[in-house]
Amino acid sequence: MATTAKENSKPAQDVLLRVEGLTKIYDGTVKAVDDVSLTVTKGEIFALLGGSGCGKSTLLRMLAGFEIPTKGKIFLANQDITNLPPYQRPINMMFQSYALFPHLSVWENVAFGLKRDGMPKDEIAARVEAMLSLAQLNKYAKRKPHQLSGGQQQRVALVRSLAKRPQLLLLDEPLGALDKKLRETTQLELVNIIEEVGVTCVLVTHDQEEAMTMASRIAVMSEGYFLQVGAPDAVYEMPNSRQVADFIGNVNIFDGVIEEDEADHVTVRCAECVHYVGHGVSGHSGMAVGVALRPEKIILSKEKPKGDYNWCAGEVIEIVYFGAHTTYHLKLDSGKVIKAQELNNTRDLSFGLTWGDRAYAQWNDLAMVVLTQ
Amino acid sequence: MAKNQGLLNKLLDGRNAVIGVPYFWFLLLAAIPLLIVLKISLSEMEGTQVSNMIDWREGWPKLTLNFSSYQFILTDSLYIKTYLSSIKYALITTLLCLVIGYPFAYFMARSPKHLQPMLLMLIMLPFWTSFLLRIYAWKTLLVSNGVINNILMSLHIIDAPLAMMNNSFSLLLGMVYSYLPFMILPLYANLSKLDLRYLEAAADLGTSPFKAFWLITVPLSKAGIIAGSMLVFIPAVGEYVIPELLGGSSTLMIGRVLWDEFFSNYDWPMASAVAVVMILLILLPMAVYNKSQAELSEGKS
Amino acid sequence: MSQASNNKLFAKGWMIAVYTFLYLPIITLVVFSFNDSKLVTVWSHASFRWYEALVKDTALIEAVLLSLKIAFLSALMSVFFGTFTAFALNRYKRFKGRTLLSSMSSMPLVMPDVIVGLSLLLMIVSVQHWLGYPQKGLLTILLGHALLGTAYAAVVVTSRLREMDSKLDEAAMDLGCKPWQVFTLVTFPLLTPALVSAFLLTFTLSFDDVVLSSFLSGPGYSTMPMVIFSRARLGLNPTINAVATVTIIVVTIAVIASSFYTSYQERKRRREEAQAYSDTNK
Repeated sequence: MATTAKENSKPAQDVLLRVEGLTKIYDGTVKAVDDVSLTVTKGEIFALLGGSGCGKSTLLRMLAGFEIPTKGKIFLANQDITNLPPYQRPINMMFQSYALFPHLSVWENVAFGLKRDGMPKDEIAARVEAMLSLAQLNKYAKRKPHQLSGGQQQRVALVRSLAKRPQLLLLDEPLGALDKKLRETTQLELVNIIEEVGVTCVLVTHDQEEAMTMASRIAVMSEGYFLQVGAPDAVYEMPNSRQVADFIGNVNIFDGVIEEDEADHVTVRCAECVHYVGHGVSGHSGMAVGVALRPEKIILSKEKPKGDYNWCAGEVIEIVYFGAHTTYHLKLDSGKVIKAQELNNTRDLSFGLTWGDRAYAQWNDLAMVVLTQ
Repeated sequence: MAKNQGLLNKLLDGRNAVIGVPYFWFLLLAAIPLLIVLKISLSEMEGTQVSNMIDWREGWPKLTLNFSSYQFILTDSLYIKTYLSSIKYALITTLLCLVIGYPFAYFMARSPKHLQPMLLMLIMLPFWTSFLLRIYAWKTLLVSNGVINNILMSLHIIDAPLAMMNNSFSLLLGMVYSYLPFMILPLYANLSKLDLRYLEAAADLGTSPFKAFWLITVPLSKAGIIAGSMLVFIPAVGEYVIPELLGGSSTLMIGRVLWDEFFSNYDWPMASAVAVVMILLILLPMAVYNKSQAELSEGKS
Repeated sequence: MSQASNNKLFAKGWMIAVYTFLYLPIITLVVFSFNDSKLVTVWSHASFRWYEALVKDTALIEAVLLSLKIAFLSALMSVFFGTFTAFALNRYKRFKGRTLLSSMSSMPLVMPDVIVGLSLLLMIVSVQHWLGYPQKGLLTILLGHALLGTAYAAVVVTSRLREMDSKLDEAAMDLGCKPWQVFTLVTFPLLTPALVSAFLLTFTLSFDDVVLSSFLSGPGYSTMPMVIFSRARLGLNPTINAVATVTIIVVTIAVIASSFYTSYQERKRRREEAQAYSDTNK
């Protein structure tokens, strides 16, 4: 994989976590994680993103030490920790739905890990106080977990996992148990605390927004391996495969064949239209490719656009109003349905298009991605 | 590395101990005893000395298969009659418990939420007091000079005492009385979880309450019905104490036959053979019960 | 009268009838324990005559003490082995012979008592023949009751284990607990209420058992239910009413107190949860 090779050339002292060819096979046949390699540098927030059953949780559990890999190695700060039991790893985890000990108070929950290390009592007290004030929970120290709201429980879980000052923090669906409204504020608080402590994180989530807003790098996982690794904007704007384009956000994909293959542009002929792509592509003419076009990059109009490229026509068959924007479903002459998203930037809701109207979709020559895989 | 390996081993050892202790316990007290019953049922009565029945010295085990006890069971009509009558009484008990218990559990699940814990406790309370004493209490109520007859006669409702004791009436009464909570509890657990919106949906779709009950409530409480029925039927087949105290000599129950073969006739092979056949009879209902429980726990997770 | 109120009336009537059926014999037992007449079923006048007889009935008192001793010890054993069973079956989903263990552990629940008693006795007799030990008596009754109790305790502990988040174990390990510390610091404290109710349940089962004890006891070891059973077989005996009343009163007080305590805890917990949510929404 190109990205891995590039990362391996980084200076070794920056690399905190290195995973080599990690594989987990259940029952001798089910490959949950399939030959995954990755490096995480110090201070990074690395997100594993994928649907359920893609292997992201198994990978995280192997990092935590709850699962023993079938094959492969895990290095933390250049030390092989592959076979270290969870209680000896300088790694802590914030669990999905928090796993706070219900019989212990908030204070005792945060102190739990420190006590296991045999830290002196006064140091424990100081550390717990510091942690609680970090999460603004000091006045709840004596409460039991069930006496806290969801957001407070979440912060207790976070500082409990940070209390031991782990080298690596694992976050398993950190916002999964909260409702949508609470998520946004909590997400900010979470990132602020993590940045204040400066801990390196590996985060598992199925929610692409959560991954994009929190992580500095994302690995998109499917069927046990990485489809693409990169910065959030790179993964979104430059997906390397149909699966990634499809998984992250909405996308229209046109099937076509490369006609012209020049250094500064390519054209792709599809059943619906001809795409003029304003940059070179690693391919050759006659090659079958997919052209991915995000709905928000399409401009709709009633007038037929000029030029031969980058537009198509169809009938409006569905209009879905979202408040901030509206999504139009356009049935093209070929029978294909595409989605186009228009910003509602005025309060005038009559954009002019209604069901059954004939409309033209157009986009500029840097809007789409040619998928060669 | 060697240190890590040692820790892994320790983890595995803990696992082995956690599995090994109960395994040893149940093998010793549940599985091996049943095998011994099977073995003894296939040996012959030679006096009442056990030493003659189990011979460990001449290799393991000295199997002189002897089907005479089973032959006896199959040829003597009394045994077959007793088995059939045990099943009959157990079936009637189960049905009566269902008929009485289902509406009860249903009403209980529909009663005000704050009353339900108390209603439940009132069902459990007799369960915590001695079963033997409660059966004995029925005896004082039912005998011909018992409490019920005395009251009815002093009120001149009847002239001569009713024969309520030592017959199938008293037997069934005692069995229904003892096993009713076993029917009510799983049914209540099931019915109280029933989502009332299903019934609202049914009503919304034009179903009358009576029809909704048969089409929605009853099918959805199938697991509770099966669990309750099996919890009543299985122990009822082999019941000993109730027929002994309330059944009199006319009601035939296989549990008493086993007891008498063992304690009165000292015929251990026969008692064992009676037990083995009884196990075969309840094997099917047990399988049904286990399957429904497994489905239930799968549904939960 | 409307259909709905008719239905309500029917429901109430049905429930009252069932409760009457369940409590009639218990109430009769208690009432007639205060009857002066030697005939258990004919009321003469109130007296404590049978309680005086009970106090002097050394055979019965000894039997009660033996039963209490057996119930206490067998309940301890049941909880111990039942907890192991529940752990083996719930914490380890895949191991060789899991099905065998789970069916062996549910066997005493579904097998008729007479079969359990017979099979245990034959096993003990075989071992005795083999090793010359154990003699029938306290130990053999204990084993029988503990076997039955283990099966019940396993059910009680299992239902608690299922409710418990297995993530808590992992969280403890993640924070530095060695496996045995996970048990002592997290699992055991959370399991305590279930262990207490398993103890009470198996204590009651043992205190109530007559069939297993009859198979497994030896000369000189008569439990309370055995004594009551042998007297009840012969006929009615007012002393039984007296001993029944005493046990019923003790059990009723215990059950009512514990259920009040649990519902108080539950209410307190709900109040606190509601408080927490309203705090954050302020």
